[in-house]
Amino acid sequence: MDILTALTSTFAATVLDVLPIAAVLFGFQFLVLRRRPPNLAKVLIGFGWVLVGLTLFLVGLELALFPLGTTLAKQLTDPLYVFGVETVDSAMAADWTAYGSVYAFAAAIGFATTIAEPSLIAVSLKAEEISGGAVQAFGLRIAVAIGVAVGVSLGAFRIVTGTPLPYYIMAGYAVVILQTLRASKMIIPLAYDSGGVTTSTVTVPVVTALGLGLASTIPGRSPLLDGFGLIAFASVFPIMSVLGYEQLSRWFTGRKRRLKKETEA
Amino acid sequence: MADHRAVAATSMTDAVRGFAKLVLGAMRDLAPIILVIGFFEIVILQQTIPNVAEITVGLVCVILGLAFFIQGLEMGLFPLGESMAEQFAKKGVLLWLLLFAFLLGFGTTVAEPALIAVAAEAAEIARLGGAIGDTNDAETFYAFALRMTVALSVGAALVLGVFRILMGWSLPLIIIGGYITVVTLTIFAPPEIVGIAYDSGGVTTSTITVPLVTALGVGLASSIRGRNPMLDGFGLIAFASLSPMIFVLIFGMVI
Repeated sequence: MDILTALTSTFAATVLDVLPIAAVLFGFQFLVLRRRPPNLAKVLIGFGWVLVGLTLFLVGLELALFPLGTTLAKQLTDPLYVFGVETVDSAMAADWTAYGSVYAFAAAIGFATTIAEPSLIAVSLKAEEISGGAVQAFGLRIAVAIGVAVGVSLGAFRIVTGTPLPYYIMAGYAVVILQTLRASKMIIPLAYDSGGVTTSTVTVPVVTALGLGLASTIPGRSPLLDGFGLIAFASVFPIMSVLGYEQLSRWFTGRKRRLKKETEA
Repeated sequence: MADHRAVAATSMTDAVRGFAKLVLGAMRDLAPIILVIGFFEIVILQQTIPNVAEITVGLVCVILGLAFFIQGLEMGLFPLGESMAEQFAKKGVLLWLLLFAFLLGFGTTVAEPALIAVAAEAAEIARLGGAIGDTNDAETFYAFALRMTVALSVGAALVLGVFRILMGWSLPLIIIGGYITVVTLTIFAPPEIVGIAYDSGGVTTSTITVPLVTALGVGLASSIRGRNPMLDGFGLIAFASLSPMIFVLIFGMVI
């Protein structure tokens, strides 16, 4: 019974969410463009699938993954687990090496939630189609997920050490700018886009719980002020990893070609 | 007659086979989460997994949901976004296209649940920090104003992004210019707003907006002569995640 109520209320919320988008889309289609979209019936069925799919997806996440993920985040940041005592003085908390399993969890869960992120799947499918297969959808997603893993892990380290967020983000921007100068033109727009799509339905709730848990464990950190910032990390680092992935694969093909030439000569 | 039925039957099995493939794909996509949570729960914390039945039902929902979503994406969101972009490009009505881009950005962001949650938390911080009056009215107004600011910024970003595709401007120059603006504003903005501003860039792009906006950009770049879909079609999402940071930092300085 519980599942049925959850399904209906989530479905209603999703429909309400989609309503303004549908109004804009169909309003322009019929009032401004004044043409029926080709395959109107198919498009409407597609919208139906999207609504049903998102509803099931969200209900399932609430039921299976979010409770476990957020409890895990809380337990791993609990002083009782990290230090074996209830209260932590600031000298103990300053020891950032004590949080090893937190960094490991941050990286692992960042990677795993990104692989399951529906908007990233959408963008990578489009990229594979447009590039004629030169960009592999799954390879792109792995590259983005590695970026998120590094980003969230470093973000957890920042909360533990209490170092200022802008320094990290500025350094991140500097690296992105340098990489942009060296990268092949074709990959740059896609890399920039992949920064924005990584953080939505699946990643945000678990990562936020991790940030809040960490910030409330460590003395001197306020959950309200220091809990923010993990999402920002998760949006900058994928840009680097996608640009880096392209540079690496170019370097490898270049080396292979050079080696081949040398053996032929 | 018999031939027709045979064709219908194959397309039916094709559909089933296609969907089975989607379900398998969804299982592969979810395997890492299950492994990570299971590993930390059982090996690191040495606990047993509670409510196994409930979790199994939830996982089945997630897998089916992801498969349905991708099916709908390919049938509905992608084709509609692309056919609209093509029609706009053919009709050549610039103002309507820009208005469409603005409404798409504004409309999809203003009701975004993640944004509503972040705005409410930001208002609480502002009240605690004494940036606004210590009343509930002031807090509600602050949260509302922040939400509107972010929604406006996404609308503006899509207008600029669509305009860029039409003109064929270079994306990296604009993005790097945006980074420099963010860094400069960070120096002058109150420190409490910085974390919220940086995070607001990530929460604006929802699961339904991303496919539509991507299809719009790629569709426009493919229909306009001289534009390359890889070079010019992507980049709208990047704008939509950068501009909220700039707008929210300015918002923090003004209020």
